[in-house]
Amino acid sequence: MSIFVDENTKVVYQGLTGSQGRYYGLLNRDYGTQVVAGTNPKKAGTDVEGIPIFASVADAVAETGANASCIFIPAPGVRDAVIEAAEGGVEFIVCITEGVPAHDEAWFYNKLKRDFPNVALLGPNCPGIISPGKCNIGITAGHIAKPGGPVGIVSRSGTLTYQALYELKLQDIGVTTCVGIGGDPVPGTSFIDCLERFEADPDTKAVMMIGEIGGSAEEEAAEFIRAKMTKPVVSYIAGVTAPPGKKMGHAGAIVSGGKGTAQAKIEALEAAGAKVGRNPTEAGELMVGIVREHGWA
Amino acid sequence: MDLLEFQGKQFFAGFGIPVSEGRAVDSVEGAVAAAEAVGYPVVVKAQVHVGGRGKAGGVKLASSEDEVRTHAQNILGMDIKGHIVRILWIEHASDIAEEYYASFTLDRSAKKHLGMLSAQGGVEIEAVAAKDPDAIAKVWIDPVEGLDEPTCRAWVKQARLNPAAEDGAVDILLKLYRAYTEGDADLVEINPLILKPDGSVHALDAKVTLDNNAAFRHQWGDYELTQVRDEREQAAHDKGLQYVGLDGYVGIIANGAGLAMSTLDVVNQVGGEPANFLDIGGGANADVMAGALEIINNDPRVKSIFINIFGGITRGEEVANGIVEALSRVDITAPIVIRLDGTNADQGRQILEPHLSDKLQMQPTMLEAARTAVALAGGTPS
Repeated sequence: MSIFVDENTKVVYQGLTGSQGRYYGLLNRDYGTQVVAGTNPKKAGTDVEGIPIFASVADAVAETGANASCIFIPAPGVRDAVIEAAEGGVEFIVCITEGVPAHDEAWFYNKLKRDFPNVALLGPNCPGIISPGKCNIGITAGHIAKPGGPVGIVSRSGTLTYQALYELKLQDIGVTTCVGIGGDPVPGTSFIDCLERFEADPDTKAVMMIGEIGGSAEEEAAEFIRAKMTKPVVSYIAGVTAPPGKKMGHAGAIVSGGKGTAQAKIEALEAAGAKVGRNPTEAGELMVGIVREHGWA
Repeated sequence: MDLLEFQGKQFFAGFGIPVSEGRAVDSVEGAVAAAEAVGYPVVVKAQVHVGGRGKAGGVKLASSEDEVRTHAQNILGMDIKGHIVRILWIEHASDIAEEYYASFTLDRSAKKHLGMLSAQGGVEIEAVAAKDPDAIAKVWIDPVEGLDEPTCRAWVKQARLNPAAEDGAVDILLKLYRAYTEGDADLVEINPLILKPDGSVHALDAKVTLDNNAAFRHQWGDYELTQVRDEREQAAHDKGLQYVGLDGYVGIIANGAGLAMSTLDVVNQVGGEPANFLDIGGGANADVMAGALEIINNDPRVKSIFINIFGGITRGEEVANGIVEALSRVDITAPIVIRLDGTNADQGRQILEPHLSDKLQMQPTMLEAARTAVALAGGTPS
């Protein structure tokens, strides 16, 4: 099994007619994802390489039965695009766009929670989600992931998500689902949301969780792991050597006032029973050890 | 983006929050003229992006021209925690009956806005929080619902502000919340928020951090001029790159903040010291890559360059073309080690293949590339 998506997921791409949307929409389709529609109010009735373009998500859902959306809209339009997707009737929204204002994120997170409790949002500023062999929504290169499990991956960092997939692929270990939740201040889907689903997914035997400095999401996840997870968790936290007070990149990872340090996160995770690697390779090796020891692959 | 106090006060004033009249100046004569204009007594305040100005002697009261002159002379050029004072804010001194603290910021755990209000202001709020957490009244605000007047009034009562300050404080807090949300701030803080003997309430200081991601819907050009960056950081900023200067000797270019941080960690783990953190971001093309290499190349302390790319939205052939372009455009002095994986990595490696030499090496993994980069810089990798 997989979480959030599977081979039946039908995706409408908001922004399919833009250059990034087109590139990745087609790449995702080539991978095998059911890319059923695109939206652009000015280009309704046209198509992108055979994928029909509709004026709105609602139209696309009505015509194609799309149940998920992928947002490749520039940051100024994301707030409206998320709400359009929810109102349009999809159950799962993946927002790739980076640079979305934090107040917009906080607003649509709470708006969805209040008015659309059955809609899950992944991102913004995330690489998307891939269930190898079944569905790839977003910008992950499909060939770096081996299908079939037994490992589930959840990550705050895009590039480190790929790194984690790749470390496992090199060892011929498969993945059930890999979820990039993104490093923004208010991600729509959290570590805990994913851990909960991985715990319930019979095909996922162990979980790899990639975190980074800043905020307290890893500490909260550690508490969940301690209290609720029966499956082994391996982790890596980026930014052990990041200088305090400096904002590291777009994602805004920052160590402030002694809070959000990599060390504190590592300690919380280890105390909760997770194994933590010092770098992505070491984390990969720890996971390989667990998988081999149990004979899961 | 951090605002200086005087910019923060202008920002607040735009939302109707009462602030002291004042002038920003950069010279002693300017300070004297400003003092005449706003009327004695005045406060001469250093404008730097760091707290603790008062303790460092960067905030002084002046009742005469001579005093303004002396204080302005002493404070201009002063070094406060590594920040050199180049701008002074001269404002009319206020009579203070009581000092409070007020702020709004985003609580990432609660995913709501967090307002903090305390009857103990004018001091470090962290110290108050540590000593007496109950002294800070907190309110969590749903961004969709917003902050209404009854909630705000109850919050002010809970903070046990002087009843004389209640109406003024409620008015300021509602305006401050608007400034925070409509102004797209990561943080707005007034410390101290003062009650004057005449019963009016007033923002005596202003700390504002704006969300750069929201710049597209605001006019923030003037604030940009006072941002503190070293030469390397400014050059990178001009090219739209995410750059943080560090003290080591291995230059680092990676795509994505997570991978860039991880690259710093790995270089440290194998016994090296990174000279910088340079994230070329998602979807970087050849031009961005070439620009990044130029910036690193202009840093004399860089002894080797480690390019760590795992392409998702970034494409391997674009990265490779950028490196080749940079090599033809600029004389890169430090040797380069590249590790390239992900989207179109094979194409990228093929493009780089004919250019490989002692000065441009390719390694298959992050760890091996880190060891090579440290060795090339003259270090001994572990």
